[in-house]
Amino acid sequence: MQDVLLVRYGEVFLKGANRPHFLKVLTDNIKRAVKPLGGHVWLSDSRVYVSGFEDMQACIDRVSKVFGVYSVSPAVEMEKDFEVIAQQSVKMMQGYSGTFKVQGKRSDKKFPMNSMEIAAEIGHRVLEANPNLTVDVHKPRHRLMVEIRDNAYICVEEIMAVGGMPMGTGGKAALLLSGGIDSPVAGYQLMKRGVRLCAIHFQSPPYTGELARDKVLQLAKKLAWYSGGMRVYMVPFTKCQLEIHEKCPDELGTLITRRFMMRIAQRIARDFGALALITGESLGQVASQTMEALVCTDAVVDMPVFRPLIGLDKTEIMDIANRIDTYETSILPYEDCCTVFTPRHPITKPKLDTMPKVESGLDVEALVNEAVEGTEMVIVEG
Amino acid sequence: MKQAYLDNSATTRPCEAAVEAMSRCMREGYYNPSSVYKSAVEVFRELRNARERLLAPVRGEGCELIFTSGGTEANNLAILGAVGRMRDRQVLAVSAVEHPSVRAAFDALADQGHDVRVIGVDGEGQLKWDELERVLADGASLVSCMQVNNETGALLDARRLHSVVNGRALIHVDGVQGYLRVPFDMRYADLYSLSGHKLHGPKGIGALIVKKSVRLLPRQLGGGQENGLRSGTENTPGIAGLAAAVAEMCALGADMPAELMAKKLRLIEAVRSAVPDVLVNGPAPEVAAPHIVNLGFPGVRGEVMLHALEGEGVYVSTGSACSSKKLKVSSVLTAMGVSPRTAEWAIRFSLSPHTTVEEIDYAADRIGALYDQLKRFQRR
Repeated sequence: MQDVLLVRYGEVFLKGANRPHFLKVLTDNIKRAVKPLGGHVWLSDSRVYVSGFEDMQACIDRVSKVFGVYSVSPAVEMEKDFEVIAQQSVKMMQGYSGTFKVQGKRSDKKFPMNSMEIAAEIGHRVLEANPNLTVDVHKPRHRLMVEIRDNAYICVEEIMAVGGMPMGTGGKAALLLSGGIDSPVAGYQLMKRGVRLCAIHFQSPPYTGELARDKVLQLAKKLAWYSGGMRVYMVPFTKCQLEIHEKCPDELGTLITRRFMMRIAQRIARDFGALALITGESLGQVASQTMEALVCTDAVVDMPVFRPLIGLDKTEIMDIANRIDTYETSILPYEDCCTVFTPRHPITKPKLDTMPKVESGLDVEALVNEAVEGTEMVIVEG
Repeated sequence: MKQAYLDNSATTRPCEAAVEAMSRCMREGYYNPSSVYKSAVEVFRELRNARERLLAPVRGEGCELIFTSGGTEANNLAILGAVGRMRDRQVLAVSAVEHPSVRAAFDALADQGHDVRVIGVDGEGQLKWDELERVLADGASLVSCMQVNNETGALLDARRLHSVVNGRALIHVDGVQGYLRVPFDMRYADLYSLSGHKLHGPKGIGALIVKKSVRLLPRQLGGGQENGLRSGTENTPGIAGLAAAVAEMCALGADMPAELMAKKLRLIEAVRSAVPDVLVNGPAPEVAAPHIVNLGFPGVRGEVMLHALEGEGVYVSTGSACSSKKLKVSSVLTAMGVSPRTAEWAIRFSLSPHTTVEEIDYAADRIGALYDQLKRFQRR
């Protein structure tokens, strides 16, 4: 008899011919997540099992954050002996009160009792032993699951996990990571769909300092947990910003700056092998995030730009940031490059056809090249 | 790359003598000074010698000296400890330009119901004496003022403070930025705080000097060390390092403050010739502490200048290091009547007796070059 963690996967189940591949990736990711706990992970009968760890709670915490996992249950694994199973069931239901139901499941058809019989007999034993319980087969408060597979498994609790798709099955994309609240959340949303990310950060010394850089690396580290490491590209952006500040109309400064970021990001993304860019923009949040402004920023790249937060309110974004534990880091007050030369009255409805003229005083190609060439790559451990 | 470390009010580099003394204390004299065998008694004796060494420069013979974890704890113990021994609701006076470790202690007392009055300062950072007089007339029982302002170098006239108070209240002086760089005499205060790492000693050690007549409520209870005022086994390596640093500072001689002042004036002159528009925030440099000056570079935010200088190996700070991560303009400068816009341009330079003329000239040269670049790019 041993404690195991029973892991259910969600959407992966729906895959057809690709399912073995998705399952292999998922199992590998779970292995990586529990490695520090010394757990053993295996796939069997459309479930993933983890055993051989000491700290159940730590194991639950880690596995339930692996993308692709639908839910987890702390379970007990034992031999397929009905008496043993019944005794263990009674023991596990001791502390509970209210309504319950036993759910039997038999995939090993050689076991002498069928699912209904297992449920009825175990239910009877549990009821006899615990007077605080009554049976409700429709809406039970507790569900005791008894499964007869290559071994027998019993569990009561089911803890919902993060869901999504296994990391690495969704392709690669590049996240524009500022240090604010939104961009880490945007990255997380795509990672949850199995996308492997690199992050691109724009720094503008001396207008931004070492603390701002440190903050971004801390945020990247939070995200890197989900993918077991992440590349962060640090782009020297001062020269672009100063040129824009000097040669472009003040009220368009932020928008032109965004256009430069997108151009540079696309170049780096291609080197990384990414097929898309990700930003944390939310429609209408600031002047550079109006629909007109987004048209102007999208126009300089031909990669798709994913904006998973486009329809979310700030409070909704903050909720997710809190959940993924990036909020506290994001609100540290270090200046980032976006706020260095914020114009007092930015234009909210810029026109795409005026952009070439507005940027005509800039040597766009040379500035982008210089920034890309000066970019430093930092590997953040997961 | 050439370097100029001009952030000595944030912290100083521990001197060799301090490092050596600490290392020796950890390797050889590691005994607990409360133990009773000979080697331990040696350590106990060294503690006593260290106390005497620290008290002598401020004419503190006859005062008690309590070792603390640093300036913050010394300030906390002085203020909360003194008021803790008083009954009922007290009227308390604190200057408007104190360090957060003093301000926060008074804030805590205000939360407990005490009547905390903030004494303003003028544009030179000098106490508004008439305000103080009114608070004393209302029965203030404790007055706290810093000897040297950490952001502007403004000096306290301790003698005048003492005569204005005239025995009506306890006087606490935060001497963290002043001790050994500006003369002080314990005749003028009842409580005086100091910190080791501001004078080439180690971090994690400081002291509160207390007149014998003053009773304090301890804030840390236990084995009764430090006369029951600060329990816990003494930080003997820290104390050894601090005592060595103090000895070395004292050995620099009586001319040291004047030499330090000359270096500071040289820095200001050199900066002024490179940047004629430069502003001095706070008192005229000649009448301020010899090692601190606060300069403003019009049109360039202090933070930007700081990071630009950092790129050249010149280390300075905006405001005090303890609060400069908070990204707002200095409340000290605001209290002195500096406008928020001007306060945004502020950079604090702080020297040590070990600062070299080469460092000063290099820093001034870099400031001149950077200012010309940076002032072109201002937020419109």
